[in-house]
Amino acid sequence: MRELDPEELLDIYETMILVRTLDERVWTLNRQGKAAIVASSQGHEAAQLGSVKALSEFAESYFCFTYYRDMGVCVAQGLTPKDVLLGFLAKEGEPISDARQFPLHGASKEKGFMNLSNVVGTHVPHAVGWALASKINKLPTVTAVYFGDGAASQGEIHEAMNFAAIHKLPVIFLCENNRYAISVPIEQQMAITNVADRAQAYGIPGYTVDGTDIQQVFDVTAQATVRASEGEGPTLIEYQVERYLPHTSDDDDSTYRTPLDIEKSKQRDPLKKLRDLLLSKGVLNDKIESELIKTAKQKINSATEFAEKAPYPKADDVLEHVYDNNSISKDQHDANH
Amino acid sequence: MMPIINVIEAVRDAMKEEMARDASVFIMGEDVGKRGGVFLATQGFVEEFGEQRVIDMPLAESGIAGIAVGAAMAGLRPIAEIQFADFISPTMNQIVGEAARARYGTKGEVHVPMVVRSPYGGQVRGGLFHSQSVEAYFAHTPGLKVVAPSTPFDAKGLLKSAIRDNDPVLFLEHKRTYRSVRGEVPNTDYSIPIGSADVKRAGHDATIVSYGLTIHYALQAAEVLEKEGIQIEIVDLRSIRPLDTETIINSVSKTSRLLVLHEDNLTGGIGAEISAIVSEKAFDLLDAPIMRCAGLDIPAMPFAPTLEAAYMPSLEKILATTRKLLAY
Repeated sequence: MRELDPEELLDIYETMILVRTLDERVWTLNRQGKAAIVASSQGHEAAQLGSVKALSEFAESYFCFTYYRDMGVCVAQGLTPKDVLLGFLAKEGEPISDARQFPLHGASKEKGFMNLSNVVGTHVPHAVGWALASKINKLPTVTAVYFGDGAASQGEIHEAMNFAAIHKLPVIFLCENNRYAISVPIEQQMAITNVADRAQAYGIPGYTVDGTDIQQVFDVTAQATVRASEGEGPTLIEYQVERYLPHTSDDDDSTYRTPLDIEKSKQRDPLKKLRDLLLSKGVLNDKIESELIKTAKQKINSATEFAEKAPYPKADDVLEHVYDNNSISKDQHDANH
Repeated sequence: MMPIINVIEAVRDAMKEEMARDASVFIMGEDVGKRGGVFLATQGFVEEFGEQRVIDMPLAESGIAGIAVGAAMAGLRPIAEIQFADFISPTMNQIVGEAARARYGTKGEVHVPMVVRSPYGGQVRGGLFHSQSVEAYFAHTPGLKVVAPSTPFDAKGLLKSAIRDNDPVLFLEHKRTYRSVRGEVPNTDYSIPIGSADVKRAGHDATIVSYGLTIHYALQAAEVLEKEGIQIEIVDLRSIRPLDTETIINSVSKTSRLLVLHEDNLTGGIGAEISAIVSEKAFDLLDAPIMRCAGLDIPAMPFAPTLEAAYMPSLEKILATTRKLLAY
């Protein structure tokens, strides 16, 4: 669509450093026994940040349905390191689910994203319903829904894409394909080459791009956003990304991946790729970079300190938010217990 | 004089009035458009409200439920029709897993004001896949409401409440009541609160708690017993979740004897829950053990008329269990 200029790339790089450093921090907190579970965004950041960049520029308004690996999208949408760390440590004041949910799960209408579920793919029909509501209400919103290659096998995703295509809904389907559904490699997940090949079965455009390349991600997402905004209907985009860490902090990838495979993955690190691009454009040097890293670490250190000191949610709050006004939950609880 | 209509007409009136009142209410389901629904619940709707508010969906129940959840999260009030309750299993992921947890999992940031309507129940020669009762699966789920009216008056008033409710409601309509049960229904706006049971007949010798089609069997049983000088009180739950425990216990405090009756199979059914609640809360009031009369514990209601009848908690079975309860 257009070439991202050096300043924009540097801005994205700054956010990418923040997200990467934050991701590394939550792993440390996990290994210290403080964070119960971590699912990493490392290797996916260019797809996440480049797509949000395109949505924010080309959609009059947009809303993101994310999944558990989307820390980059959440941060780009305004979740702060403090918010994120309150989530990983399950502390009071966690802003999107009050620490009822796994980290990065919950919703913020103001920040424009939702990640309700851990049952992969269930949110894709929600995104389509959200887009249907935009169409019925004549709102200019483009709905973006992110999911992994593992989720792409779910029947609900097929049902959702088919319906969205029939009604030309303003939704874009964004598959972050890292080639592994926990331990199962892509060849055992599908007999076709690319997830995006499925698009033609729905009668919508499908594109496979290098999801570690910020410009490619931006271009294809911009194109899909414009198409959705103009009432032309959905697009399926597949970002080829890398996962060079285990599925989660509870996984042992040495049982199913070779060191060589992981090493090859690391060579497609989107952070390194963007860094090389910035160096080649002459807008990054050691001084700027160390300043960016220092700033990110400072933010994350103070956020970690805050989150570690924060109390856990009060046990009495466990009955909140079951039904509207809580009336039934509490009454029934009192009556029956 | 109020008009006399049947249950399907009451359902249709409730939806029509709510759609006219609130532009955010819309219908989605299989064959709900030109066909007007296989039971004609939405007959004439697409002509009156247009294709945007009466959406014929591809044949994919999980997608219907999931897309309804998303539209509800965005502020609309979808009424999703699942053509037969037997087809609802693929939607459990969305209704139980997602809709019921959305408010809780987002600290109230989003909620799901969705109604899932589904015709259920048997004695319509529907066989294994067009006859089943599904309420127990869903009534187990906090975050969800489950409603099962037995009369046209209750159907209209409760469906209006379900549509206006800010949480997901599963609205179960017994197929056999659709055209066989008629009653007076105001053509004015009224609603019945979800979670309130109704005493359909007063009595002092024993209480029968039920819902749906079997309410009418219980009323028949009460008439038979009345001729023998026995007065049975019939409590129609109307809502299965939340349960109106107060009305149940008030009735037991009058009669001291309780029979719970449902078409759904016995084990793990609503009767078990009510029995447990009354045992815990009102044990001292009881003069006899709580008894249950329910569908047989076989995988589903069979097709052949003899087998179908054998499944059902028939008038004879209800009378026999009630006499046992009274004789204890």
